[in-house]
Amino acid sequence: MPTIDLAKTTLRELNAALHRLAPDGGEVWRVLNPRGQHAVAAGIDAPVTVEVDGHVGYYCAGMNKQATVVVNGNAGPGVAENMMSGEVRVRGDASQAAGATGCGGLLVIDGNASARCGISMKGIDIVVKGSVGHLSAFMAQAGHLVVLGDAGEALGDSLYEAELYVRGEVESLGADCVEKPLGDAHKAVLVRLLNAAGVGNEVDVASFRRYGSARKLYHFHIDNVGHY
Amino acid sequence: MCGIVGLFLKDAGLQPELGALTRTMLGALCDRGPDSAGFAVYGAEIPGHVKLTLRARKDFDWDLPLRPLADICNALPRATMRDTHAVIAVPADKEAAIRGEIARADGVEIVGSGRRMEVFKEVGRPDRVAERFGLAAMAGTHAIGHTRMATESAVTTNGAHPFTTGPDQCLVHNGSLSNHNAVRRDLIRNGLAFQTENDTEVAAGYMTWRMREGASLEQALNAMLVELDGFFTFVVGTESGFGVLRDPIACKPAVMAETEQWVAFGTEYRALVDLPGVENAEVWEPEPARVYRWERH
Repeated sequence: MPTIDLAKTTLRELNAALHRLAPDGGEVWRVLNPRGQHAVAAGIDAPVTVEVDGHVGYYCAGMNKQATVVVNGNAGPGVAENMMSGEVRVRGDASQAAGATGCGGLLVIDGNASARCGISMKGIDIVVKGSVGHLSAFMAQAGHLVVLGDAGEALGDSLYEAELYVRGEVESLGADCVEKPLGDAHKAVLVRLLNAAGVGNEVDVASFRRYGSARKLYHFHIDNVGHY
Repeated sequence: MCGIVGLFLKDAGLQPELGALTRTMLGALCDRGPDSAGFAVYGAEIPGHVKLTLRARKDFDWDLPLRPLADICNALPRATMRDTHAVIAVPADKEAAIRGEIARADGVEIVGSGRRMEVFKEVGRPDRVAERFGLAAMAGTHAIGHTRMATESAVTTNGAHPFTTGPDQCLVHNGSLSNHNAVRRDLIRNGLAFQTENDTEVAAGYMTWRMREGASLEQALNAMLVELDGFFTFVVGTESGFGVLRDPIACKPAVMAETEQWVAFGTEYRALVDLPGVENAEVWEPEPARVYRWERH
């Protein structure tokens, strides 16, 4: 198991080594002393597992493809930003814009995520075991955001077709975001995502409420023609 | 961009290391604000005295403004020269006369005052600015610092942070305010004076005005949430305390950490990584629109 100590090796060397991995590799890497550095393990495209011991700064595991990146600590802004596939797990809290613009893969945050979690998400699945801050899932287009705790102000503002599930309190819903019935198909999605996040046995899927787009903002309404 | 650091010591045993710890924190955020830097250190009080921080050009002959003060104070005031700044301790009852005398001197101005606060700022890379002022050797109970990437006004010493508009009060800011001209006009009507066109100076002035009118630090910060429009993370220092406030949108990053020995603020976690015991600290992101403060008792 390769172990990279960022107190001795530069971040650029670490990321370059991860980028050189064969697309069918399967190693486990351990990264020590990240000390809040930016872009740790960003841009990987290989089925590798990278365990990072400590807190990371901006954009950890950004653009991830295939890899599993585990942060044993907190993550700064934009963790797993624009992830394409694979898995990113944050054992602590995540700062703003976690999973922003993500197109695929699974992001699991064991603690809380702050503002704008899942902003403009485009297919990523995000499971937050704690709570999320204001304006989460802002303009979210596709994918699922599952929050076991509470959501801050303006959840799902200007939402497109991402699906939001919150178990706790929602401080307020954003423009065009509405509560929708939780059907069996939705419960099946929740079972799949909660199992993937490792909490399938602990959480009752019926305790979630589902939110989605009212589809009034992004469709043209003939009643409004006079305003143009 | 811009970077902010703040350190409030709970363990008096760390006080001799305040400057060294603050320098390391500031140095970690050089790349967030390479234009200029500054810091305020709350050091030892000299009973019956006020500390005045003076600023002049490089290689200034401090003898010229300081010598006439001997007549007022009956002795030369205690002075510590640090690059372009000097801190003098003067008897509190002579402060007005001394301010008058210094106002008559050429090329020197008073940039900060208080029972405990000393404030330093200059244009240049933050780690070099800290070096020039000898931050690492300073002692005290709390300090705040700033690395600036200018957006709203010119890269000048006056435009660097911290801004101080009242005794022992200073403020650093990451963000930009949009209603600062209107607030500045109101404050000028209320008797405050401003040195720059800078938005942050208005926030500092607003805090000073509120506290002069009797508000506590917490009340002043809550009022700033209502009256100031724009993006901000503020860290403020007073004689006894340290406060943090983020605007309701919270665009600007912020991390806090606390142990038995200290409370620290950093724009990023990178600023905190060398604090003693940080690996066991409670680390969290301060919530938007919520006042955080710590005060010495």
